Amino acid sequence: MRPFKFTVPASAGSAIQAAVANRHAKFLGGGTNLLDLMKEDVEQPDELIDVCELPLTKIERIVSTRGAGVSIGGMAKNTDTANHPLIRKEFPLLSQAILAGASAQIRNIASNGGNLLQRTRCPYFYDIAMPCNKRAPGTGCGALDGFNRMHAIFGWSSACVAVHPSDMCVALAALDAVVYVTGAGGKKRNILFTDFHRLPADTPEKDNNLEQGELITAIEIPSNKFADHSYYLKIRDRASYAFALVSVAAAIETNGNNIVKARIALGGVAHKPWRAMEAENFLAGKTASEDNFRKAAALAMENARPLTQNNFKPAMCQLAITHALNKAMKSGDS
Amino acid sequence: MKCLRYPNLVLRLCIFSTLPLFVRMHHSGLTKIIYCTMTYNTTDPTLTDDEKQLLKALLSDDHELSAYGESRRLFLKQLIAAGGALVAFQLLGDQSLFASVTDAPYKDIPENIEHAVNVSFMVNGTKKSVTVDARMTLLDTLRERLQLTGSKKGCDHGQCGACTVIVNNKRVLSCLTLAATCGGKSVQTIEGFARNGVLHPVQAAFLKHDGFQCGFCTPGQICSGIALMSEVKNGEASYVTTDLRTVHKNIQLTDDEIRERMSGNICRCGAYANIVAAVKEVLSGKDVAQYWPLIPAINEKTVFNPEQHSNKLQP
Repeated sequence: MRPFKFTVPASAGSAIQAAVANRHAKFLGGGTNLLDLMKEDVEQPDELIDVCELPLTKIERIVSTRGAGVSIGGMAKNTDTANHPLIRKEFPLLSQAILAGASAQIRNIASNGGNLLQRTRCPYFYDIAMPCNKRAPGTGCGALDGFNRMHAIFGWSSACVAVHPSDMCVALAALDAVVYVTGAGGKKRNILFTDFHRLPADTPEKDNNLEQGELITAIEIPSNKFADHSYYLKIRDRASYAFALVSVAAAIETNGNNIVKARIALGGVAHKPWRAMEAENFLAGKTASEDNFRKAAALAMENARPLTQNNFKPAMCQLAITHALNKAMKSGDS
Repeated sequence: MKCLRYPNLVLRLCIFSTLPLFVRMHHSGLTKIIYCTMTYNTTDPTLTDDEKQLLKALLSDDHELSAYGESRRLFLKQLIAAGGALVAFQLLGDQSLFASVTDAPYKDIPENIEHAVNVSFMVNGTKKSVTVDARMTLLDTLRERLQLTGSKKGCDHGQCGACTVIVNNKRVLSCLTLAATCGGKSVQTIEGFARNGVLHPVQAAFLKHDGFQCGFCTPGQICSGIALMSEVKNGEASYVTTDLRTVHKNIQLTDDEIRERMSGNICRCGAYANIVAAVKEVLSGKDVAQYWPLIPAINEKTVFNPEQHSNKLQP
C-alpha cells in the first residue's frame, strides 16, 4: 500500500474542505472496499480523510419537499440501518437487501455512504496488470471478450461491461430514495437515487455523479405502502457471502388483489441498479397474478444484451423477477 | 525450564540441530541469551529481568572458577542453556518463552515512519499505546506489534473471516480496519475470552464438537460465534429471518440461521457441520448431538428439469 496522510476532520465542513483542497484525497468510511483496493494498488489516494466518526449516523423520520419519509445517515453502519426498528417495520425490503450483502463482520464496519460508493468487483478492474478503462482509461476492456460471466446485460458499452456490486443500492433504487450531498463551500444538493450512479458510456472511470469533495450526508426514503408486499431475492454461486449473479428488489402496493403500483429493481445486471420500468408500468392496475408477473418479467428482459459468457442471465432474471413478485405477494400473509 | 531435567536430550539436540534453526534463533533474539551465557554476562542491559535471573541461576557458583579455566560442569551448563533455548524455541515459539516480553512495549518500532499515527486503545481489557504507520491494519498491529498472534491473516482482503475480532462489542474484520481508526475503542481478541484458565462457553463447545480440523480459521470462528450470541440476544435479523418486521429478542436460531450468520467465516477443512453444532449448543443451552446431515434423497423436486425450466420462461 502506498503511503498516505491520515486526516481526522473536526466536522463535516472541514472534511469537505480537505477533500476539495486535495483531489488525490479520499474519504474513509468503513474502508471495507477502499482499503482492499489500496492493498491491490488499484486506488492510490495520498490522503485519507476519516469521516467515520462524524455525527452523520441518525436514522429518523423527516418531512421533505417530497412529503414524509425516513432519513438514514451517510455514516450510519449497514448493520444498524438494517436492524433499526423503523427500517425493519416500514422498509423491510431495505433491511433484507442490506442483510443479503457481505457478512456480519463487514456490515458492522461498512457505512451507508460507503455502500453507495463501493466499486465494481470486476476481476479486470482489480488486476492492475489487465486492461481496464475504469481503472486506467484508454487501456481497453478485458472483460468485453474475456471472462464476463458475472457482467452486465443492460446499459453496457464497449468501454466497460462491469456491474455495480451493491445489494443495498438495488433496494434504494426500488424505493425511490434520494441522496443528500454537501460539497465545496457547504453547497447542498439532492440527487434522485436512479440518477446517482452512471452508465459507463465512454467514461467508465466515473461511477456516479458526485463532484470533487462532495460528501454523502444522508439518504432519504419517501414513505410508501410497499411494506406489506416486498421481497429481495438474491441468486449467487453459493448460498451466502457472495456477490449476486442477479438480484431482484420487488415491491407491490395493492388494493385487494389489484396492483396499485409496483417497483422492480435488478442487481448484477448493469453498471447501476437497473429499474425495470416497462415491467412496473405493465403491472400498474393489473391483477396480482402469477400470469401477470411472468408477463412483466418477460417485458423486463426484452432489451437485454447478454455477453459471450452470461447469456444465462436473461432467463435467470426472468424467473427471479417472477419468483420475487410471488414472494412479495406472499410476504404480507405471514 | 522443564528441559533442564533432560540433559541427554538437550545434548543430542545440540548436536543434531541444524544451521537453519540457528538462523531462525538469531532472528528470534534467543542467540542473545546463549551469547550472554557464553560470556558470563548476567547484567547485559538488553536482557529482561526474567532472562537475567535465569542466567544467574545457571552461572552462579562456577563463575570464579571459570576465570582460571573452563570447568567441565560449566561447559555442560553452557550447552544446556543453549540447548534449552533451542528446545524452548521449537516447543513454545519465541513469543511465549518469557511472559514479560508480551507485556513490555515492543522495542523494534520502525524508524522514520512517513505518516505516523499514535493510537491508544484497550486490548482485552488492557490499555495499549502504539505508534503505527497510517497504513497499518488492526490485524497487523495485533500480530506484529502487540504479539497477539491468535487472530489470523488468511486472505488479508476481507474474504475469509480468519482475522475476525470484536471492536466495541461488534465483530469486525481486523484486516480491513486501520489501526489509526481504533483510538479510544475496545478490542477483544481470541486471547481475551478465557477467564482464569476457564474457556469461554463457545471455545469449550468448539472443542467438544470438533469445530475445526487444522484450526487456522478457529480464532475468527470463535470471535464470530461469541458476537453472534449478543446479536441474537438483541434481536438482530439475518437474510434468512422470516419475519423481519417484528423484532423478537432472544430468538432461537434454526441451523439455516446459524449457517447464514456464520457465513463470513470460511473453513477450508469443512468443519461446518460441527461448527453449527457448537454454536447451536451454546445458543440453546442444551446438548446438541453431533451428526452429519445425510445427502437428501433424490426426488422429482430436486432434479433439474430443463423442460419444466423452459416452460416457465414463456410469458
